Amino acid sequence: MTDLLLPDATGHFGPFGGRFIPEALVAALDELDAAYRAAKADPAFVAEFEGMLRDYAGAPSALYEARRLSAQAGARILLKREDLLHTGAHKVRNVLGQALLTKRMGKRRVIAETGAGQHGVAAATAAAYLDLDCVVYMGELDTERQALNVARMRMLGAQVIPVATGSRTLKDALNEALRDWVASVDETHYLLGTAAGPHPFPELVRDFVGGIGREARAQSLEKLGGLPDAVAACVGGGSNAIGIFHAFVPDEGVRLYGFEAGGDGVSTGRTAASITAGSKGVLHGARTYVLQDADGQTLESHSISAGLDYPAVGPEHAWLHDSGRAIYEPVDDDEAMAAFQLLCRTEGIIPAIESAHALAGALRIIPKLAEELGREPVIVVNLSGRGDKDAHTAGRYFGILA
Amino acid sequence: MSISVAFEKARAEGRAVLVGCMPAGFPTVDGSIAAMTAMVEAGVDVIEVEIPYSDPVMDGPVIQKASDIALAGGVRTADTLRIIEAVAATGAPVVTMTYWNPIEQYGVDAFARDLAAAGGTGLITPDLIPDEAHDWLAASDAHGLDRTFLVSPSSTDARLAMTLGHCRGFVYATALMGVTGAREQTSSAAPALVSRIRAVTADLPVGVGLGVRDGAQAAEVGSFADGVIVGSALIRCMVDAPDEASGLSALRTLSAELAAGVRAVER
Repeated sequence: MTDLLLPDATGHFGPFGGRFIPEALVAALDELDAAYRAAKADPAFVAEFEGMLRDYAGAPSALYEARRLSAQAGARILLKREDLLHTGAHKVRNVLGQALLTKRMGKRRVIAETGAGQHGVAAATAAAYLDLDCVVYMGELDTERQALNVARMRMLGAQVIPVATGSRTLKDALNEALRDWVASVDETHYLLGTAAGPHPFPELVRDFVGGIGREARAQSLEKLGGLPDAVAACVGGGSNAIGIFHAFVPDEGVRLYGFEAGGDGVSTGRTAASITAGSKGVLHGARTYVLQDADGQTLESHSISAGLDYPAVGPEHAWLHDSGRAIYEPVDDDEAMAAFQLLCRTEGIIPAIESAHALAGALRIIPKLAEELGREPVIVVNLSGRGDKDAHTAGRYFGILA
Repeated sequence: MSISVAFEKARAEGRAVLVGCMPAGFPTVDGSIAAMTAMVEAGVDVIEVEIPYSDPVMDGPVIQKASDIALAGGVRTADTLRIIEAVAATGAPVVTMTYWNPIEQYGVDAFARDLAAAGGTGLITPDLIPDEAHDWLAASDAHGLDRTFLVSPSSTDARLAMTLGHCRGFVYATALMGVTGAREQTSSAAPALVSRIRAVTADLPVGVGLGVRDGAQAAEVGSFADGVIVGSALIRCMVDAPDEASGLSALRTLSAELAAGVRAVER
C-alpha cells in the first residue's frame, strides 16, 4: 500500500502538506525531522515511549463492546476507549512522544498552542512528567471561557500566555506560538497539538498517536475474529482520526469515516467543516483544506466542540479525502449532542463533545451500511476523549445548568 | 521595471536603498496611497506594499494590527493591485510583500500577470521557500518579475546557496531570529549573515529587515547592507496617530530621518 509510505521525503501527501513557513524555521524543522527519524529507528527510544504509554498513560486502551447502544442502533458498535487514558484523551500519546523527543534533542523548553485547553493541559502534563519548562499560548477569549483548564495548566507548572490578537482564539494562539518559536528555536521545541502544520509534524504526530489504530486493529482481530466494516472518528485538526485510520488504510474492506464539525450547519456558514465547506489553500505551514474567503483570508470557524473548532485540517486527511480512501461528512451541533445524550443514557459514558460527533456520524451511516452489506454492520468508533471538560457546555445545552 | 534600478542608483550615490513598508488598505485604500506617496516624497526609495493577511506569522503586533484594520475595512487583493499601480505612478519602484495563500487563491500566474501590468516589480514571500515555489518560479519568469526569498541566520550554507540562486532583484536577510517590530538594538547577527551572502554572490543586493526604527539604526544597517527595510516603525506612525493628518506628518518626519540615515554613511 503506497498510502502507508506517505508523506514523501519533503512531507507531501499528494498535493497537500509540505512546508509553507519562514526560512528561519527550516533549520529547526530539519533538525526535528532528523532527530525523529533517528529516534524511530532506535529501539531504546521506542521501548521508552511504549513503557510510558503503558505505565503512565494507561495504554492500550480498551476496545469496548457497547451492547445497549448497539441494540438501539442496529449495529455492532465497539468503542475505542481513549477517554480512559491519563488526562482523558488520546492527546497524551502525542505529548509524551514529542516531550521524549524534546529531551533527546537536548532542548529544555516546550511551547504549545491550545484552544479549549485540552492540548495545553496535556502538554503541561508531559512537561511536568519529563521535567521540561512549558509555555502555553491560549487565545484570550478561550482563557476566559476555559478558566478551569488555565488553572490546571498552572497547577502543573506551565506558564499560560493569553493571546489578544486577531480573533483571540486557537488560530491566533497558534500564530503566537509560531512567533515564539521563530525567536527561540535553539532551546525550544514546538509541541504541536495535532497532525497538521509543516513537515514533519503531520507525520510525526500521526506516528505518535498511531497506536490507537494498531491497538484497535489487533483488538478487532482478537474480539471479532476479523476486521470491522467501518472505523469512525471525529476530525478537527485530525489527530485522533489519523491515529485510528492509519493502521486500517491498507485494509480495503474497512471503510474509514471522518466526521467534521458542522456547527450550526454547513449551509449557515457557521461551521468548522474544512473539507466539506472549505477549499484548497495554505494555512499554518501546510497546503490543505481551509475555511477561507475568495481572497484566501481565513474564516472564523464555529462548533459547539472547542476541540474541533479550527478552520483547517491535517494534510493527510485532505489527501485521504481526495484519493477517496476515507469519507468525510459534517455532523451538526444538534446531531452530535443527541449522540452525546444517547451514549450517556445507554452506556453510562459521558463522551467528549468531539467524540460525540464520531458517534453521531456512525449512527447516521448504519442504515446505508446495513443495506450495502445485507447484515448488521460492525463499526469501531474512536471515543477520543471523556466529557468531564464539557459538563458546562452540555449542561447548558440540555438546560440542566443555567 | 526591476528593483535593480533603485539599487544601482543608490550604489552610484555610495549609499544604501531605503525600503519602507506599509500594508495595503491601511487605514483605507486611499489612505494607504496617501501614506505611501508621503513616504516617497520624504525620501523613501522603494515602497514595499504588504498584502494584508488574516494570519501573518512573521509579523509582530504593529503590522498585524494595521493588517486587521485594513481587512476590517474590506480591502481585497484587487484593491492592492490598484494601490500598487497608484504608487508606481509616483516613479518609485514598488515591491509587494505577501503571505502565500492570497496569491494561491488569486491564481499564481494571474496574479503575476496583473502585478506586472500594475507596474509592480516582484514579490517578497515570507512563508514561501523556494522548495515549494514551483508555480511562482514559473510565473515570475513568464512575467518578468523579481523574486525575493528570505534568508536567516539559521540557514545552512547549502540552503543559503540554493535560496540565493532563486532570488532576483534582491534578497531579504532577516537580521534577527524573530518577528517584525522595532527594537532597541539591531542584531549583531546581521553583518555576519550579509558576509555569508556576499561570499555566495557578490551581485545580488542584500536588504536587511526586522528591527530598524530610527535614523541612527538606518545608518548602521546601511553601512553593511545594500537595502535598509523599515516596516513597523513607519506603520506605528499611522497606528498611534489620533487622526490621519497627524499620522502622515509623523510618517513624513520619520521617512526623512531614515532617508538622511542611509545617506549619513559612506559605502
